[in-house]
Amino acid sequence: MLRLGPLAAAGRLLPAGPRLGPPRPSGGRVRLSRSRPPGPVGDRGLLARQVRAAAGSAGGGQSPALKTPKGTRDHPPAHVALRDRLLAAVVTCFKRHGAAAIDTPVLELRETLTGKYGEDTKLIYELQDQGGELLALRYDLTVPFARYLAMNKITNMKRYHVAKVYRRDNPATTRGRYREFYQCDFDIAGQFDPMIPDAECLKIVHEILSDLQLGDFIIKVNDRRILNGVFAVCGIPESKFITTCSTVDKLDKMPWEEVRSEMVGEKGLSPEAADHIGEYVQLHGGLDLIEQLLQDPKLSQNKLAKEGLGDMKLLFEYLTLFGITGKISFDLSLARGLDYYTGVIFEAVLLQPENDHVEEPVSVGSVAGGGRYDGLVGMFDPKGRKVPCVGVSIGIERIFSILEQRVKAEMLYKKDPKLLKQLQYCEDTGIPFAAIIGEQELTDGVVKLRDVATREEVDIPREKLVDEIRRRLEP
Amino acid sequence: MLRLGPLAAAGRLLPAGPRLGPPRPSGGRVRLSRSRPPGPVGDRGLLARQVRAAAGSAGGGQSPALKTPKGTRDHPPAHVALRDRLLAAVVTCFKRHGAAAIDTPVLELRVPFARYLAMNKITNMKRYHVAKVYRRDNPATTRGRYREFYQCDFDIAGQFDPMIPDAECLKIVHEILSDLQLGDFIIKVNDRRILNGVFAVCGIPESKFITTCSTVDKLDKMPWEEVRSEMVGEKGLSPEAADHIGEYVQLHGGLDLIEQLLQDPKLSQNKLAKEGLGDMKLLFEYLTLFGITGKISFDLSLARGLDYYTGVIFEAVLLQPENDHVEEPVSVGSVAGGGRYDGLVGMFDPKGRKVPCVGVSIGIERIFSILEQRVKASGEKVRTTETQVLVATPQKHLLAARLKLISELWDAGIKAEMLYKKDPKLLKQLQYCEDTGIPFAAIIGEQELTDGVVKLRDVATREEVDIPREKLVDEIRRRLEP
Repeated sequence: MLRLGPLAAAGRLLPAGPRLGPPRPSGGRVRLSRSRPPGPVGDRGLLARQVRAAAGSAGGGQSPALKTPKGTRDHPPAHVALRDRLLAAVVTCFKRHGAAAIDTPVLELRETLTGKYGEDTKLIYELQDQGGELLALRYDLTVPFARYLAMNKITNMKRYHVAKVYRRDNPATTRGRYREFYQCDFDIAGQFDPMIPDAECLKIVHEILSDLQLGDFIIKVNDRRILNGVFAVCGIPESKFITTCSTVDKLDKMPWEEVRSEMVGEKGLSPEAADHIGEYVQLHGGLDLIEQLLQDPKLSQNKLAKEGLGDMKLLFEYLTLFGITGKISFDLSLARGLDYYTGVIFEAVLLQPENDHVEEPVSVGSVAGGGRYDGLVGMFDPKGRKVPCVGVSIGIERIFSILEQRVKAEMLYKKDPKLLKQLQYCEDTGIPFAAIIGEQELTDGVVKLRDVATREEVDIPREKLVDEIRRRLEP
Repeated sequence: MLRLGPLAAAGRLLPAGPRLGPPRPSGGRVRLSRSRPPGPVGDRGLLARQVRAAAGSAGGGQSPALKTPKGTRDHPPAHVALRDRLLAAVVTCFKRHGAAAIDTPVLELRVPFARYLAMNKITNMKRYHVAKVYRRDNPATTRGRYREFYQCDFDIAGQFDPMIPDAECLKIVHEILSDLQLGDFIIKVNDRRILNGVFAVCGIPESKFITTCSTVDKLDKMPWEEVRSEMVGEKGLSPEAADHIGEYVQLHGGLDLIEQLLQDPKLSQNKLAKEGLGDMKLLFEYLTLFGITGKISFDLSLARGLDYYTGVIFEAVLLQPENDHVEEPVSVGSVAGGGRYDGLVGMFDPKGRKVPCVGVSIGIERIFSILEQRVKASGEKVRTTETQVLVATPQKHLLAARLKLISELWDAGIKAEMLYKKDPKLLKQLQYCEDTGIPFAAIIGEQELTDGVVKLRDVATREEVDIPREKLVDEIRRRLEP
């Protein structure tokens, strides 16, 4: 189990000292003191020229701009420590389920990535054409995995991959930033008896979210075949399945009326068809709902829907044996953007922040998601040989920012709390130190540093506080 | 310490050693058994033909070229398992010395640490950075080819009492190389100021310092005669100057050599050399207190290609392969290096504010290929998973029992797997254990279910014993304890 108290504490106590915040661009010019005689290392001008050349200054730039590449930032130690602990917890779970790690390059051939992400394709960050191979930064870890399987002719594998992926910040312009963030993926490739690996993926999401103690969560489950079956019995032409899917997907953020409007107004569905869809996609429940739909006169005529419902029933039986159905919801509005899913799809969302005293609840979106994608490897294999796959991706960055926000929120909430309450809070949550400043301390220019465990207090000069805390926090 | 792309073509840390080569396809199943004859997918030629066919069918072809960008490669599980072990050992050492990790973007063009310090106006910091980075192979020819490699750096920035942080860097190299048990090694140490002092007293014009440095640097690979020839023939030094240099740069030793040079009539007149020698003496005193001078050599031929070093420079090399039974000895080159670079941050700071730095870079790629070779040579099976128990059922219609039991094990934190089959054969399940190195099988059949027990099988010894269901987790934990 991951203890988050002390981790959060790292965020609280790291300081005021030298700013570790986002990089401040300090202007264009770096003065190269050519007037100084060449120092012990010889021609510093040579180094400066090399530095400039290396910074790849475009146009008339004479000096390296003091910036990180657009859209990224350096991560100072406190962030990195917390993030690393989260990643370790996720990897522990993946290993517990017997996955082996692989690694793939950050760069892929553009053609590897095209045609796999549907509407999201515009978010792929392509590198400038340099006359060599056309390259792009990987958008996720799933497509590289499929490529890896096809390249190595692997027909079954259970792997995890924790690494950074890249998305274009602003799809409107071809230049511009990319965002980089960590993704934690677990996938099972291979032809197996149905729904067993799918159930394990859900068990993994459940374990991770429980271990991280993020508060109450729910895992929505659906199936592409059920969705497509619903669309079919509602009279939607197949050519509109994908576009209808993406509208249905918005039901988690928009009320049905708006979703319906979009279907009729933008996607060109008839009002009757939209209403008909609405009878299904607003449903959610458990095994009982599945049974009910299996009896549905229209759906039961549709081959795909029957298949999907049959598998969903099997899935729920396995999830019952795993003891996790309390947090699972069969939700017909779940559609998920990526069009390489072929079967079960799922998404985990947090239900409410853990801190009840935060006034506006943290709006978090999904923290994990995935599904079955049986056709992807076949797109890479020269002979089109298929390798069925199912997998899950943990949204570690989202989880990280939730934890960060909670730390901040806890600090800001209380205006004039009693000292005792503050110290009690430390003890409750495992915060190892309290930095106390009262009127006397302010006058004296010190901070009273209290070791919560031993209750010893010592006055530290204000300017030395950071170093002292760091010293004490050192492993 | 950052290795700059083209500057780092000093090549000490970039693998001149055995290359890792393209990924070895592992076939239909991920198996570790080496006794299996190479199957069709072990045939690299077949894969190459497939790739060519796929690429060649570009005309009417539907599938994309099945490859990674030039200069990059995938890393299969065995590779990653070994690499992660190696990186963990390195990071443990860095953390032991109190460094904090910072993380900088992947498409880093240059000197991230120096830039980071300048941008954030940090005046002292101890940090490590372990990450995969991509560099343009050769920016001059804009072919857009990137090379990927691991960077494993430890740096101390700040104005401190002389040579203490420098000594710590050397201690770190010593610890890591010792912990990794790579065999015998030596860490050569020198100082830019001493080198430049030597050049000065030998009458080399300052404008030729850098070029002379890079020639001297070749002494680890070429005999003195060839180095001398290059100095005279290519670099335009007079034969006398070259000979004079030769009197110094072939020297190596310890404190005694430092003392000797401090007495040298010519060198002792040179301010820079005196400074450098004084600090070298101090360094050796600290290294003596650290107890590591046995593996340190003050070596005047060490020049290192990078010209941003301003003081002490060092490089660690392995002396001989650990596997004596490997016929051709592994040619390894350096496995770590670094030095002091006091001027770099100032180049990024708009006001030219200096932050003195010293750091070390661990040649993780080179060390990795050595370890890989060793593993191959020893026939050791590297496990790619950490699974402790396989949950198995010997009869049909027991999937539900398996799912329930494995769930209990997972909830108790036990690393467990099961086959994704409704009715797998027991033999297959046990074979899976042997193939992947899983030490235990928890078997529940109809009899065990009736009796409320689980048959716990030790895969290696084949011994089986019935454990009451409620005691199973404890029993597994007990057996797994080191």
